[in-house]
Amino acid sequence: MTTATDSPVRTDDTPFALSHLDALEAESVHIFREVAGEFERPVILFSGGKDSIVMLHLALKAFAPAPVPFALLHVDTGHNFPEVIAYRDRVAAEHNLRLHVASVQDFIDRGVLRERPDGTRNPLQTVPLLDAIEKGRFDAVFGGGRRDEEKARAKERVFSLRDEFGAWDPRRQRPELWSLYNGRHAVGEHVRVFPLSNWTELDVWQYIEREGIELPEIYYAHERDVFARNGMWLTAGEWGGPKDTEPVERRLIRYRTVGDMSCTGAVDSDATTIEAVIAEIAASRLTERGATRADDKLSEAAMEDRKREGYF
Amino acid sequence: MSTATATSLLRFATAGSVDDGKSTLVGRLLHDSKSVLADQLEAVEHASRSRGQDAPDLALLTDGLRAEREQGITIDVAYRYFATPRRRFILADTPGHVQYTRNMVTGASTAELAVVLVDARNGVVEQTRRHAAVAALLRVPHVVLAVNKMDLVGYAEPVFAAIAAEFTAYAASLGVTDVLAVPISALAGDNVVEPSAHMDWYGGPTLLEHLETVPVGSDPSAEPARFPVQYVIRPQTEEHPDYRGYAGQLASGVLRVGDPVTVLPSGHTTTVAGIDALGRRTDIAWAPQSVTVRLADDIDISRGDLIAAGATPAPTKDIEATVSHLNERPLRAGDKVLLKHTTRTVRALVKEISYRIDIDSLEQRSGAEGLNVNDIGHVVLRTAEPLALDAYAANRRTGSFLLIDPADGTTLTAGMAGEAFDTVRATDTAEEDWV
Repeated sequence: MTTATDSPVRTDDTPFALSHLDALEAESVHIFREVAGEFERPVILFSGGKDSIVMLHLALKAFAPAPVPFALLHVDTGHNFPEVIAYRDRVAAEHNLRLHVASVQDFIDRGVLRERPDGTRNPLQTVPLLDAIEKGRFDAVFGGGRRDEEKARAKERVFSLRDEFGAWDPRRQRPELWSLYNGRHAVGEHVRVFPLSNWTELDVWQYIEREGIELPEIYYAHERDVFARNGMWLTAGEWGGPKDTEPVERRLIRYRTVGDMSCTGAVDSDATTIEAVIAEIAASRLTERGATRADDKLSEAAMEDRKREGYF
Repeated sequence: MSTATATSLLRFATAGSVDDGKSTLVGRLLHDSKSVLADQLEAVEHASRSRGQDAPDLALLTDGLRAEREQGITIDVAYRYFATPRRRFILADTPGHVQYTRNMVTGASTAELAVVLVDARNGVVEQTRRHAAVAALLRVPHVVLAVNKMDLVGYAEPVFAAIAAEFTAYAASLGVTDVLAVPISALAGDNVVEPSAHMDWYGGPTLLEHLETVPVGSDPSAEPARFPVQYVIRPQTEEHPDYRGYAGQLASGVLRVGDPVTVLPSGHTTTVAGIDALGRRTDIAWAPQSVTVRLADDIDISRGDLIAAGATPAPTKDIEATVSHLNERPLRAGDKVLLKHTTRTVRALVKEISYRIDIDSLEQRSGAEGLNVNDIGHVVLRTAEPLALDAYAANRRTGSFLLIDPADGTTLTAGMAGEAFDTVRATDTAEEDWV
C-alpha cells in the first residue's frame, strides 16, 4: 500500500515545477472551489466508479479541514454491482455526506420508463437523473467525465450549460478561456461541471495509487462466474443473463470501468494490486470504453446522442 | 514502490488548416507516441472505409461531433491527451478555418506553446501571420513553426531557411522571441517524432523532442505573488472552532509563511500566518498550486479579493484592454455587461471601442461600428467596483477577463488588460507611442 506523498513532486524543469499529477490536482481543486463560490446547490454524481471516487477525494481535499459542502447523487439502475453499492453507502456515511438516490427501478414500477428489449438500463438513467436534478433544485452537477474517454466528450467544456430539458447543444457551448469559468444560468437551467476533464485513465490510476485511495474490490482481479456476449465477459445475474446459449464459466477477471452489470464487461486480468493494474493499463492496446462498454458500441455518435438528451 | 513518475505537464495548441496537414500532424503525434489505441484506430478505419477512403483518415480521430463528420470540418476546439515517458501533454487542437480566431484564442489562452503549421510549398501566407498574431496576442511563451510537406520540396534546405527567416522576423516584430522552426513531413514522419533521414542539414530537435524539453511555466520566484480568493473555509466544528482560511489557486509567484501581503481592493496589509496545502501544513506554496492561506490579522476578506505580495496593482474602475470578441452579437460602445476577472464578477460599461485591429496587417481600423465575432480590438471600460488587474503582458491570469451578457449569461468577449502588441501601427501617426 502506498501513501500520499509528503510534498508536491518537483521535477527538474525549475525548482518550482509541479508534477503532472500535482498540476491536474490543483486545477480540479480550483474548479470545485469555483463552484462552491458561485452556486447555491451543487451536487456530486457519485456512482462508486473510480472517477467519481477520485472526484470525491479531490472535493475532500479542496475544503479541508471543513466538510465537503455538497451532497452526493447516485442514479441506481438496479443493475449495479452489490460491492459498489456497499462501497457507496460506506463512503457517504464515513464522510457524513447526504446521499440522494434516484432509482430506475422506481420509474419502471411507476410505468414512467419501460424495460428495453435488450435488458440494459444504462440508457434509462437520463430521466431519473434529470428528475432528481429538478426535484433537488441542483444548479451545479459534478460529473466524472473525462475528455480522453470519447470523441464527443473531447469537445465538452469544464462548465457545460444545460437547458430546462437537461440537453447539451454542442453548437451553443460557451468558449472557455484561461481558468475563467462562466457558470451563469437561468432559473431551471443547470451547469454540469467536469473537474476531471483534463485527466486520462492513467492519471486517475496513478493518482489513486499516490493518494492511497480505496476502491471497490471489483476493480482488482478476482474469480467470477461470467459469460461471453458481444465479445465481452458479463457477470451472470438476475438482470437477464445468461441466455441458454451462453455458457457460464469461472474466470480470473477484473473490471476496468464500473457501470451496470448488464453492459459493463470484465477483462481477463491477474492484476490484484494497484501497481499491477497500472502496468496493465499502460500496456493496453484498447481504450477503457472500447474494452468494456457495450453502450458505446451502439453507433459512431452514441455518446453524443445520449449527451444531447441530458446524459452524464 | 510508486509507479507514478514525476513527469511535468505541457499544454500546447496547434494552428493551421486541413490543407497544411494539421490533422495528419496531430494524428502522427498521437500515433507515433502510441496514444492511439487499437479500438480507436479500428473505428477510424471503419469510418474511412464507409466513406470510400482506402487509407485510415487520421483526421477522423479528432472530429468528434456528428456535424463535423458530416461536413468534414472541425467546428470546435478539441482537446487531445498523450504522454511520453518524459512529459504529459494536453493539446488544444484548433480548427484553422471557420471561426478561426475565436477558437484559436480559446486554445491559446491556456497554452504554453503554439505550433504554427505552414505548407513548405506556400511558405508564410496571410493565415500564418494571423496565427502568429494570435499567439503573440495571447502571450503564448513559446512558438514552433512547423514547416510541413518538406518531402514535396525535395527536402531542400534553402526553402526551409527562407520560410524560417521570414516567420521569425515577423514573430519578433510581434514581440514573440522564442521561435523554433522545424522542417517536417507529417505524412512521411520526418522530424515529428523520429529524426529525418532526408534532412542531414537540420541539426535541431524533432518536434516531439522540443515539446518534451521546452521549459514548462515561468519561474514563480521571479514573479510577485497573486492569490485570488475563491472561497472562505470556516469549518466551525468542535475540532476547528476558529479556523478561517482563504482557499485559492496561486495565479503567480511564491507565498511563504511570514510574508507580508496586501489584500486588494481594500489595501489592508497583514502577514501569512499559515499555508495548508489541501489538508497538509506547509510553509511555502507556488503557482499554480491550489492551497488555503491563513492570515495573521482578522481582516474582512471574501471571494473576489486578491491577496498579493510584491509590487501590487492599483485597484481601478477604468480599464483599457485589448479584446477578442467571441459572440455573433456585436460589442458596441454603451453596452452594459458583466466583467469576470479572476474570482470577481462586476458590472461594467463599454465606454469606448477605441479601434479594431486588422489581424492581418496589424493596422488600426475604426471602432465606430463596434466589434463583430472574431474581431480583435481595443476598448475602454468603466466598472462598478474597483478591480486589481495586472497588465496581461505581466500576468496572464490576473490580467485576463471575460465580458458576459447579463441577460442570458453568454460569454461575449475575452479581454486582456493593456496593449496587444508592442507594434500596433496607427493608421494616422506611425510614430505614436502606444505604451
